[in-house]
Amino acid sequence: MGIEKDTVEIAPGIRQIPGAPVVISPIDKIINWARAGSMWPVTFGLACCAIEMMATGASHFDLDRYGIIFRATPRQADVLIVAGTVTKKMAPIVRRVYDQMPEPKYVIAMGSCACSGGIFKTYSVAQGADEFLPVDIYIPGCPPRPEALLFGLLTLQQKIKRESKRWGFWR
Amino acid sequence: MATYLEINKKQVNEEKWEEPFYINMGPQHPSTHGVLRLFLELEGETIINCTPIIGYLHRGVEKLGETLNYNQAIVLSDRLDYIASAANNTAFALAFEKLMGLEVPRRAKLLRTIVCEMARICNHLLWLATHALDIGAMTVFLYCFRDREWLLNIYEKICGARLTHSYVRVGGVRQDFTQEIIDELYKFTEEFPPRIYDYEILIDVNRIWLKRTKGIAVVPPEDAINLGLTGPCLRGSGIAYDVRKFRPYDAYGEVDFVVPTGKNGDTYDRYRVRMEELRQSNSIIRQCLDKLPETQGEPVLAENAPDLLMPEKVKEPKPQPVPKKGVIFRGVEKPIVPVGEAFASIESPKGELAVYVVSDGSNKPWRLRIRTPSFVHISAIPYMAKNHMVADLIAIIGTLDIVLGDSDR
Amino acid sequence: MEELLNELKEKFSSVIVEIQEKDYPTLICKRTGFLDLIKYLKDEKGFKYLIDLCGVDYLNYKQKKFEERFEVVYHLYNLDTKILIRLKVRIPEDDCWHYSVTPLFMTANYFERECYDMFGISFKGHPDLRRILMPDDWEGHPLRKDYPVYLEEEQEWKTYKEFTQKVKK
Repeated sequence: MGIEKDTVEIAPGIRQIPGAPVVISPIDKIINWARAGSMWPVTFGLACCAIEMMATGASHFDLDRYGIIFRATPRQADVLIVAGTVTKKMAPIVRRVYDQMPEPKYVIAMGSCACSGGIFKTYSVAQGADEFLPVDIYIPGCPPRPEALLFGLLTLQQKIKRESKRWGFWR
Repeated sequence: MATYLEINKKQVNEEKWEEPFYINMGPQHPSTHGVLRLFLELEGETIINCTPIIGYLHRGVEKLGETLNYNQAIVLSDRLDYIASAANNTAFALAFEKLMGLEVPRRAKLLRTIVCEMARICNHLLWLATHALDIGAMTVFLYCFRDREWLLNIYEKICGARLTHSYVRVGGVRQDFTQEIIDELYKFTEEFPPRIYDYEILIDVNRIWLKRTKGIAVVPPEDAINLGLTGPCLRGSGIAYDVRKFRPYDAYGEVDFVVPTGKNGDTYDRYRVRMEELRQSNSIIRQCLDKLPETQGEPVLAENAPDLLMPEKVKEPKPQPVPKKGVIFRGVEKPIVPVGEAFASIESPKGELAVYVVSDGSNKPWRLRIRTPSFVHISAIPYMAKNHMVADLIAIIGTLDIVLGDSDR
Repeated sequence: MEELLNELKEKFSSVIVEIQEKDYPTLICKRTGFLDLIKYLKDEKGFKYLIDLCGVDYLNYKQKKFEERFEVVYHLYNLDTKILIRLKVRIPEDDCWHYSVTPLFMTANYFERECYDMFGISFKGHPDLRRILMPDDWEGHPLRKDYPVYLEEEQEWKTYKEFTQKVKK
């Protein structure tokens, strides 16, 4: 008798008793597992990187296989991909989109412009999305290849799986 | 209690709604192709006034261009119309070459023509994908992206980047094509025309597509010129103005192609023009590829083309090497850029892209003005959207083929 | 081409200051009477397509001394005869306005707004002269030569400064 012997690990840290509809797991693990498996980014393209974001979602790279589906409204989304240059005129609107998203929510800064302003060190460009957003993942590149965006999203999955005591008061 | 029908009847019978209804569309809207914001004044569901609000992607490219030298400014051009970077590179390079009086080798001209037409195919494929997706056809989106990916892979073999190429340089191109690229392009040009037919089958007999595009946003030819529409939007109205024919640049003078035009000037005609352009571009690429062996072994960069910028610290410690064919160093060497101004325009996939550069004799432009097609096309939205339904506005934005990076600069 | 230029020179001798042969024929005009010239070009000579309208700032331009600081440049095209001409109007800094051509060319609407936004040249007769690329409460005109490329902390746009401070709390 022992938990390792009688149960099967169906996901890291989540174990099932064979033949019975029972899963044994810390609640953090199982919630994080569910969250990491269905990240829905909001369709919000700003500049060049939006084209690569679209390419990532389209036929060749196919984000759907990771359970990542683009939602057109921030109310149904979990991830905000800041894809492109954020100007000072645009910054309050990006923030408003972020504020409308329900928790838990994550931000990916895609491309050099969203990371640091990139080559546009000018009067009208915000030098990085982290001036007004809590960024989780930075993806460099101008624009990043679709593989880089995929890697960024997978890294975010890893990050979500490691989380505890972040969202909600019950933990 | 009055039912919905009764209220509707009452409102329809009255001559005018009591007050217009205001609605804001964008900047975060899935079908505004970026960060365009439209402020609509509605009467029922009919648009009586529409005000585009732009500038959400204004990055100060023109100002930044004044602080960079001519070779570096090419890099900025990539980020203007990021769907067809090669066309922007060419426009910048042509203006700078005109200013400096450089003669581009023939092989470089052919290579430029090839990458420009590839950019046109890329752009039109993306346009078709998003336009169809906005109107409701999902499959076209997937088909178009599949083929676009092929072209992007070829681009990657040419210059190492998928979107922002900087392949076209002042005085020529970065490097020659390898045999592998030429073979791949031959394969592409052979297989592409049947695929255009595939897309047409998907939507051309589709009743929804026809209903949503025919008779929408009709622009008569006189108004089209007055509005400054160019490219497929102007040709859809029946005017065969094409910079490639009217003021030939690069190798367009020696290739054979037709400028397709529409008749009615509605959304459907503009779609037909673009589909025909895909075929013409394919044939232009093919003709240029056939001409490439004649110029085998020629240089692809002009003799006296400005070199890439040297870092400033290089100039001091070492004894000055003999300046290699007019090198632009920052401030020290005698610049090869004469005082003056130059204006060059090209037929970018979206319309006429013009660059006007004023030089003060130094190695940086004094003023770099970029006239972009999207900026002008956005100014035409109020005219086109008037008295249309809100749902048609999506088709209008789609048919104009705007990119906000292009319009806001 | 030659005939056209000669005819223009004769007819508008009070408006055209100088005709230069550059990459395209360039007419340097005075502000007064400019509207008549461009109207004549459009209606009688078929220059119906305004390719571009832009401003240039010649503050501290070393190569040539100009009395006036700004210049508005027009590129006009005739679709039938395939002639492109360039018109230039010099505008002094202390009297910074020009006539609007929006009633003639609908395209000029946005170009003039942009010129106003970037250089501060106001256009008389424009139906809706507002800032177009920059926000409405932006200070200064970015493409002027005395405007910095990058705004330091103290020059920062007020609304953005307040916004970032509010968000960081």
